[in-house]
Amino acid sequence: MSQIFILADFAGDKCTKTTAELATAGARGGSVTAIVLAAPGAGAALAAAVKQGPIANVLVVESADFATHGVAAAADAIAQIIAQKSPSALLVASHAFGKEVAGRVAVATDSGIITDAVDVSADLTATQLVFGGSTTVHSKVSKGVSVITVRPNSVEADLADSIPAVENLSITISDSAKLATTTSSTPPVKGGRPELTEAQVVVSGGRGTNGDFTAVEAFADSLGAAVGASRAATDAGWYPHSHQVGQTGKTVSPQLYVACGISGAIQHRAGMQTSKTIAVVNKDPEAPIFDLADFGVVGDLFAVLPQATQGVTAQKS
Amino acid sequence: MKIAVCVKQVPDSWAEKKMVNGVLDREGVDAVLNDLDEYAVEEALRIVEAHGGNEEGAPNSVTIISMGPERATEAIRKALSMGANDAILVSDAALAGSDALATSKVLAEVIKNGGFDLIICGTESTDARMSVIPAMLSQRLGWAQLTFASAVAVDPAASSITISRTTEAGIDAITAKLPAVVSVVEKINEPRYPSFKGIMAAKKKTIESRDLAAVGVSAESAWSLVADSAPRPPRAAGVKVTDEGNGGNELAKFLVEKKFI
Repeated sequence: MSQIFILADFAGDKCTKTTAELATAGARGGSVTAIVLAAPGAGAALAAAVKQGPIANVLVVESADFATHGVAAAADAIAQIIAQKSPSALLVASHAFGKEVAGRVAVATDSGIITDAVDVSADLTATQLVFGGSTTVHSKVSKGVSVITVRPNSVEADLADSIPAVENLSITISDSAKLATTTSSTPPVKGGRPELTEAQVVVSGGRGTNGDFTAVEAFADSLGAAVGASRAATDAGWYPHSHQVGQTGKTVSPQLYVACGISGAIQHRAGMQTSKTIAVVNKDPEAPIFDLADFGVVGDLFAVLPQATQGVTAQKS
Repeated sequence: MKIAVCVKQVPDSWAEKKMVNGVLDREGVDAVLNDLDEYAVEEALRIVEAHGGNEEGAPNSVTIISMGPERATEAIRKALSMGANDAILVSDAALAGSDALATSKVLAEVIKNGGFDLIICGTESTDARMSVIPAMLSQRLGWAQLTFASAVAVDPAASSITISRTTEAGIDAITAKLPAVVSVVEKINEPRYPSFKGIMAAKKKTIESRDLAAVGVSAESAWSLVADSAPRPPRAAGVKVTDEGNGGNELAKFLVEKKFI
């Protein structure tokens, strides 16, 4: 049976659901081994947290270099593990860190790479939605190990617990992976809202907010949603760039996307049109965003959203 | 200090794109300098301006490096009109449809032989959106990787660089000795508009064109292959109601029906 390696994904010391998604996709093609990269002494606790999803084995590598030398050290360790164990694939979460690690591993092991897969089949064919989700592409790595990054929230995860066998590996990080040094780390500021690209629900505001996001934020909070913004809104300085959804911003694919006061230029659609359900609030009945909407309200967001917020809150209580 | 900025010509991010024979159709759409590369060009110019400028006779220079068809000179001119000194365009029929591994291999070879201290890239191209080229360049060159920078400070005397790496995982301060590969995020600066003087000057600047033989690498077989591609079917039309005082309630009702609440 072929060996599929995944890089266990953590938020702090919490193993994310993405890890189970990677395991679920990987288990279609073979036996799944999760790689855990940990600080010295932290390996056992992190390994114990990796149990959701079909995971047969956990490989733990402890090194102080992971915290100080980031992406390069992680990629160096994984490339060494791949050289030792020769798996047929490596699946990694498709976020900034995961994609960069995958890119370096692909170069180091002379392997092909596919990024932002939304699905991976048993024969390691990756499905991607490209050009803002307007086109579906199936592709396969044709050289070396199949290095594939998988978008969070795309694969329906098998969340059943496994009891994986844990193995500790001793690896010395190469000097060439220690050229850049992290001198301080600040975790993301959590405004009580979920991270945009991982959120199940996203509520976004655009030009129609006129710079006032209070109604959008209140509605988002009633749904436990992340807040997004169109490029028009971020360029105007109404909302931070890090919240921009679109071609030049984040790509989101939540269960529910609510676009408020956003016309729906291609620039924006490219970042959200793979969302499972789309709701729209816009004054302009001709706005192209309505073409994507499962449910659209033609109206002023400053009237519609507060009423909807009240409706949602009333329903919950 | 010699800085190189890697740029890509991409289809206009406001245009519809489609696949032909497994690769992006680049012929039928307007092509522009990748939006996110403008921030890299701007940051390179700000760094040299803070350390003696890049006018003739100054101690610094900014070189634009790109790989693409001959037509990519249009995008390169934009970067030159912002204030970069010169450019190298690697253009070869054998490179058509190259993936990130092939692209990074060619770019790394050009960089290796160029005597550069610092490479600056955008975080991703708006067409392929892989976001891996800077990491791959760092790996291939054996240079430090300082990516997703929202702030960059270079100390030429100490030959060192410090950045703030800003990602969904938080903000890290990262430091390294030069040479280094940096990528910059959108919020790092406000790219300048080329001035009339800059546009006129750019017409006289050199864009050196190289084929694969001149770079000194051979074309590789692809590391990955597209099996098939198809446009996704349009979404089925949904329900559209006009707010007559009850639109918010109807929206809430829809969310309840769909079990989001």
